[in-house]
Amino acid sequence: MNLSGLGKRFGARWVLRGVTLEVSRGEAVGLLGANGSGKSTILRILGTLLNPTVGTATIDELDIVRDASAVRGRVGYLAHTPGLYDDLTARENLRFAADMLGLGYAAVEESLDRVGLSNVAGDRVRGFSAGMQRRLGIARLILRAPRILLLDEPYSNLDAEGIDLMNSILGDVVRAGGAALVALHELAPARGMLARTVSLVDGRIEPVSPALAAGERTGPMSVVR
Amino acid sequence: MAWRDDWRRVRAIARKDVTTELRAKAGFNSVASLGVTILILLGLALGPDAQALRDAAVGAVWLALLFSGVLAFNRSFQVELESGALEPLLQYPGPRWTIFAGKLLGNLIFLTLMVTIVVAVGVVLFSVRIPSRWPTLLGVLALGVVGLVVLGTFYASMASRSRAREVLLPLLLFPMLVPVLVAATTASKALLGADLMHDADAWIRLLAAYDVIFLIATFLAFEHVIEA
Repeated sequence: MNLSGLGKRFGARWVLRGVTLEVSRGEAVGLLGANGSGKSTILRILGTLLNPTVGTATIDELDIVRDASAVRGRVGYLAHTPGLYDDLTARENLRFAADMLGLGYAAVEESLDRVGLSNVAGDRVRGFSAGMQRRLGIARLILRAPRILLLDEPYSNLDAEGIDLMNSILGDVVRAGGAALVALHELAPARGMLARTVSLVDGRIEPVSPALAAGERTGPMSVVR
Repeated sequence: MAWRDDWRRVRAIARKDVTTELRAKAGFNSVASLGVTILILLGLALGPDAQALRDAAVGAVWLALLFSGVLAFNRSFQVELESGALEPLLQYPGPRWTIFAGKLLGNLIFLTLMVTIVVAVGVVLFSVRIPSRWPTLLGVLALGVVGLVVLGTFYASMASRSRAREVLLPLLLFPMLVPVLVAATTASKALLGADLMHDADAWIRLLAAYDVIFLIATFLAFEHVIEA
């Protein structure tokens, strides 16, 4: 992933002001920042859901605007909200995703099994807790078998088991030579998973304070400008 | 094969939309109730004169379909927005026109159910005599519904990006629907009468032409409308 001078303006307000960042293969990078700092905007731009106002970004050397369709096939984007259909069952939600991705339904059962929702697969999502919905969102992410992960607050609403599950998926992608950009409020749940961490302040990449970085167990802390 | 994958996506979206609408009973019930209520109110306003009721039947039915249709079109994108599912939907690989086609098919199925109810109630309430050319009348109804659904789905997708979508949709949709509604009501009225001058055929051709033009234009424009 290569972001160069990326800027995004909503109306008169610049949310991102020249973000430059590189995430290499086999690397997971943490993106810290306060609410409204622009973390989600970066992920949505990389997920081809928003076009940047200025600057460029490439994923696997594909331009996110010009080659948006090809980029979508490589990227797995886990949004802050699960984006599930409440009146469909867990299985129906994943079968819908499988239809959209051109996959067989056997992969649906495997994904449900991996996130531990096989026993409630026939239940409507409306009755699921926030944590279960998050797990179902992760199951949909697994279904895509993405090379690139864009994770927006991936640990929210997850219990310890769910955090381990998220980390194992993140580890699998990174070990397979993929890359991940993970937007976080706090580093603790991602301990040992991130190669480095950057911080977003006022729409710009800033150094991470040593106190904050101390939450991270392994990997060098660095900032890319 | 690519077209098979595209068709699978279209079917998946339509099936998902119809299933969620029918399961969330409030959606179907509110849309059906609105259509029937409009017919009842117009029937009461016109009084017991059978001929006056028959003369007003076509206009009343199309008016009921128009307003209940707007409610249905708004709901089709509201479901995506309420659950935050629009972004995941846009994030799937594949051409964006498949999303429009799926939504279109879903709305078409949903509105066909509505039309069955509204027309049945309209025929009874307005004492409509079934004409000899009833298959042609059904064809007019189908062409009119296609025009309504194509434009309704397209403008609902456009309005879905706005906070004032409930207000915006009728403002955008109604002016564009004028040719479809004029052609559909005039052709239907001619078919329900004697149609000695064969007025209906010209209006039917016009209606079909509008449908084709709108279908092509909306498919071409959808990707630009739904992009952020």
